[in-house]
Amino acid sequence: MNPDDLLRRVQAEERREQRGRLKIFLGYAPRVGKSLRMFDEGRRRKARGQDVVVAAVQEKSSDAVREIVGRLEIIPALDGAIDLPAVFRRHPAVCLIDELAYDNPPGSRNPSRWQDVEAIIDQGIAVITAVNVQHIREQQRAVEAITGKRATRSIPQTFLREAEEIEVVDAPPDLSMGDARVLAELRELALLLAADVVDHQLQEYLDSHGVAVHWGTQERVLVCLTPRSNALEMLRSGQRNARRFHGVMLVAYVAQSGLNAADQARLDENLKLAQDLGAEIHALDGGDFVDTLLLFAKEQRITQLFLGHSQRERSPIERLIDAAEDFDVRLFPHGEAK
Amino acid sequence: MNGPEVKKGQLKIYLGYAAGVGKTYRMLEEAQALRAQGIDIVIGYFEPHGRQETIAKTAGLETIPRRQVAYGGAQFEEMDLEAVLWRKPAVALVDEFAHSNIPGSGHEKRWQDVQTLLEAGINVLTTMNVQHLESLNDQVWQVTGVRVRETVPDWVVDEADEVVLVDLTPRALRNRIERGVVYASEKAKRALDNFFAEANLTALRELAMRHTAHEVEEKLLEPHKEERILICLTGRPSSANLIRRGKRVADYLQGDCLAVHVSAGPVCDESVQRHMSFARNLRIQTHILEGDDVPSAITVFARSHGVTQIFMGRSGARPWWKRFGETVVQQIVRMARDMQITIVAERRR
Repeated sequence: MNPDDLLRRVQAEERREQRGRLKIFLGYAPRVGKSLRMFDEGRRRKARGQDVVVAAVQEKSSDAVREIVGRLEIIPALDGAIDLPAVFRRHPAVCLIDELAYDNPPGSRNPSRWQDVEAIIDQGIAVITAVNVQHIREQQRAVEAITGKRATRSIPQTFLREAEEIEVVDAPPDLSMGDARVLAELRELALLLAADVVDHQLQEYLDSHGVAVHWGTQERVLVCLTPRSNALEMLRSGQRNARRFHGVMLVAYVAQSGLNAADQARLDENLKLAQDLGAEIHALDGGDFVDTLLLFAKEQRITQLFLGHSQRERSPIERLIDAAEDFDVRLFPHGEAK
Repeated sequence: MNGPEVKKGQLKIYLGYAAGVGKTYRMLEEAQALRAQGIDIVIGYFEPHGRQETIAKTAGLETIPRRQVAYGGAQFEEMDLEAVLWRKPAVALVDEFAHSNIPGSGHEKRWQDVQTLLEAGINVLTTMNVQHLESLNDQVWQVTGVRVRETVPDWVVDEADEVVLVDLTPRALRNRIERGVVYASEKAKRALDNFFAEANLTALRELAMRHTAHEVEEKLLEPHKEERILICLTGRPSSANLIRRGKRVADYLQGDCLAVHVSAGPVCDESVQRHMSFARNLRIQTHILEGDDVPSAITVFARSHGVTQIFMGRSGARPWWKRFGETVVQQIVRMARDMQITIVAERRR
């Protein structure tokens, strides 16, 4: 890790230590029970002796939610927004805030509720809140593709990333809330978003504890292109794998000196194809083909390496297969010689 | 059998990533909601683990008494499958789907008991953790160092009508363990240091989320048969990893999965037979070919069976007198340049 990254991490950690903890319940549709889970956690914490206060409740709450909220201390809203000065003065240990995706009325201190939440955790108060996947800004394009609608209010995904804890509220679709397929797709989206956030946390944890692991929880495919690769087939397979496993596809080539003009042209053509498919392309510099590839695969926590068969008798592929301890090697037939 | 055809019961699985995340609690909550709607629901098996909040949730639910099984001079308790079948409720609640029954109890596994209930038209609610999925066994071992023995074939879970994720953050789970909610205190500290270490929990949790997403997606996909994967089996222990990996890839790509072993004589080693039966349990079609020339037997079979991808383990260490020859992997790679070949990594820690 370079010094800048290190400094940034130390600063982030310091900021985090002074901040209150943020916990977010993530759902995929209204009425999956996010609010209930959130207030129920508040109730249990209070029973364990924590100083819990409610700073925002939805108007249309279920009976079960109202029942719990009725037994908790509430800081009433002021002019349609959280009464921040009152929350700061009261300074509870834990603050429950329903409906994170909420626009404050004009003239409020912050335009959006998530910014109020930031202000509260900056005061060292822990916040528990709840949100649906359709309100996460970076997911809205995907949500729109599923539902045909776009929510007006949104929260940046980094807000979710920076939360200490995120918990998924999963349930089978309630068909009174919409079409079965739409709900299932939203549900999948929420689960995968949560998995990505958790993966991020796992990496951070491993990095900060200096733990090097040679396993991954996600499939990562590396397609290695050479002049003679059947790039189209390899890339399509790679994309299909990445899509079905909800993993990632990377493309790499090892820069080699002394390629003849025809081979160089073929390689360029293959790389162009990868580019057109939107792949992330890495040019690897290095002496030895096998060593270079192995090092990169290790750095990138690759689980599957796609490579063309070799035409030569004693090929580097044998050496690669022998050395590839932590990932599968999938060999592809070459394309027709042009 | 004659008589009217019985409509198969529906299976709903509450999926978690560790003991104590609240699977049984969620299942009981649902049971109570069903009971309140007047649905005939019974507890076929419930594992209280001494957790008070969970036990309280069983109030008012009918419980079928467990069956006593004597084994090795001790008494054990299992679900009384016959009694549940005889009682024939609309819904039966059966905790711990991955449980292995005591030898001599009929089925080897509880999930097989559940299959019987479903076939009798009884709907079942059950619980399991993601690490009990057969296809994740090697990955889970790699992450946690624990070799899970009680596994459930993936097809059993894929056939479930609903898989619901029961999520809890690792921090909340560790707090529960510290407070002694999950385990008695002397066991708790050991648990926190080992299996319940934060990185383990986080990795397992991510696997549970991804798997639930996979189950949701599975039900949305159009059939798409393109891939046909052939697994080359040997008697080596790493074949188990190869079988799981090959099947997992085939399942994710919605492809067929076959396994083949080339045997020099008509009788196979016991270890090969064990792997073959393991593969069949995972619903892999198995074949045994007789012959001396392993690489050509495999390539001929692959070509004649429309195989798109050959899955092999890496060749083992070779004795010195063979170092100059080619390994089986090298020979197949050379002979089948027109085919896709995957050489599967052996998982290590």
